[in-house]
Amino acid sequence: MAGSTPASLSADAPVAATHPAKPVTPAAEAWRRFRKHKLAVVSLFILAAIIFAVGVGPMLWRVPINEIDFSAKLLGPSASHPFGTDDLGQDVLARLIYGGRISLAVGLAAMFVAVFVGVVIGAVAGMASGRVDAALMWLTDLFLSLPQLPLLLMVIYLFRDGLKNLLGPEGGVFVLIVIVIGGLRWMPVARLVRAQFLSLREKEFVEAARALGASRLRLVVMHILPNAMGPVIVAGTIDVAAAIIAESTLSFLGLGFPPDIPTWGRVLFDAKDYLDIAPHWAMFPGLAIFFTVLSINFIGDGLRDAFDPRRVV
Amino acid sequence: MSRAYLLRRVLLAIPALLGISVVLFTVLAMAPGDPFEELTLNPNVPPEVRIALRASLGLDDPVYLRYFYWLSSMLRGDWGFSFVSRINVDQLILQRVPITVAIIGISQVLAILVAVPVGVLAASRPYSLFDQIANTLAFIGFSMPTFFFGLLLILLFSIQLDWLPMVYQTTVRETGWAWWEVQIKQSIMPIMVLGLFQGASLVRYVRSSVLDVIKLDYVVTARSKGIGQRRVLVRHVVRNALIPVVTLVALQMPVVFGGAIITEQIFRIPGIGSLLIIAILGNDTPVVMGVTFVFACLVVLFNLIADILYGWLDPRIAFR
Repeated sequence: MAGSTPASLSADAPVAATHPAKPVTPAAEAWRRFRKHKLAVVSLFILAAIIFAVGVGPMLWRVPINEIDFSAKLLGPSASHPFGTDDLGQDVLARLIYGGRISLAVGLAAMFVAVFVGVVIGAVAGMASGRVDAALMWLTDLFLSLPQLPLLLMVIYLFRDGLKNLLGPEGGVFVLIVIVIGGLRWMPVARLVRAQFLSLREKEFVEAARALGASRLRLVVMHILPNAMGPVIVAGTIDVAAAIIAESTLSFLGLGFPPDIPTWGRVLFDAKDYLDIAPHWAMFPGLAIFFTVLSINFIGDGLRDAFDPRRVV
Repeated sequence: MSRAYLLRRVLLAIPALLGISVVLFTVLAMAPGDPFEELTLNPNVPPEVRIALRASLGLDDPVYLRYFYWLSSMLRGDWGFSFVSRINVDQLILQRVPITVAIIGISQVLAILVAVPVGVLAASRPYSLFDQIANTLAFIGFSMPTFFFGLLLILLFSIQLDWLPMVYQTTVRETGWAWWEVQIKQSIMPIMVLGLFQGASLVRYVRSSVLDVIKLDYVVTARSKGIGQRRVLVRHVVRNALIPVVTLVALQMPVVFGGAIITEQIFRIPGIGSLLIIAILGNDTPVVMGVTFVFACLVVLFNLIADILYGWLDPRIAFR
């Protein structure tokens, strides 16, 4: 209604216009847009609660994860075992808290691998253009048409024992899963970054920086990359969820972490044969995965709204 | 659509398949472990025999030569011999391909039949109650891990209600209508599990694609000519909006195959997905390679079909 004539003299004068507009930083603007997405904000709280539970939980809930007690096996939720017990009488809550650390760590680490590889390949393709660009995009398309889960299973099958000897059972599987999941998920990021680079490198501010004598590396790192990060952050967020699902899938198929490391998928794998007598054992890890993934996906959706300046929110 | 376009698409699939075969072979060649490891430990096999065996099988040849040997025998249909079940890998896989393709195909068709109308309706009334519910359900659908959804269905329909069988039977003794009843009953849950994820992501694609098209000038023109809302949507909007969706469906295929592996494993369906898991757990390398290669071929095949469909739906593509 700016500029319209007030209907009567008693109508409120446009007060807001008299104040000098406060400078709005891009981060504050993004946060304002993010808050409009109700489900994303709720998800942020749920995810924060899950991360808090997993991070601080072991200090508050001091039940050991591997205390075997056959007199208390397959019990439903109760005061002494809020999430019940498994077939060896181990406390499910303690195991989920411990396993959640690994599940989330795998998700984050794999996302960093995927984003790093994607940004490097996308940036090189976007800056180089010509033959290098064509070759890198062919590689990206090739990786996009690989059947991911079969390949993931095959790589883990072939390399598991070798890495286990090299880095120990936990470290070896962790490194392998992170590299393989990350190595199979960089393609969307690479495409996004390349597309952003192709348009950004022709913009005037890049031209200006080049005219000032900025080197190619400085152009990329200081001027182009920061402007290309919005979609990458969104893709990276979704990648965390996808990596958590991929890790749980591997563990669920019995091909991920060894049994003494109770990641959420692994607990589900152990619980699935007791579905009829102890459904709680499978429900809690399944719900943990589901809520984590759902809240990360909603946050990704909220970030997409927040980083898209064309969208009016 | 011209024949040249078809031919070009088919020819373009060949480098993709070659590239995939190179990736698979590289992984196999880089893997630690030696198929002759057991022979070194066997005191009855003298070292000279072992070395001669290695040489006769070409294990000491340079990598690129080994790749060509491997590729040519794959092309000739000589896929090796399963260590565990003692039959040829190609026979083993061929026995199991039909059921996997059937389950994937039916769930895809169902997902499309449900998701396209829902997506179009949601986009025709953006931010309405229906749109918000559809959107939220789609989010839940594709955040739901396949394996957990499968377990939930088993818990509800097999254990609590006892309506549907928990495990897929291969040998159904009934005949006639009873045979169909058993088959349908045991296929409902796997198809729902596989269809949910696919349908959920499809709803979102269709919705955003329709929203892109519905703003275009030609839609306004159609409306201003006095054509009813329904007819504009069905005849003018949906047709164009579905073109990008075809590509997205094809790009989703690798994920769908992943879902099929998990589904087959949960419900014990004897398809190639469960064969892969059995082979991995049984250290049956020729079968692992064979199944992975078949999955790769299926992905390339679906991409090819999508490309051809795309050229047929949008004739402008074929001229480029």
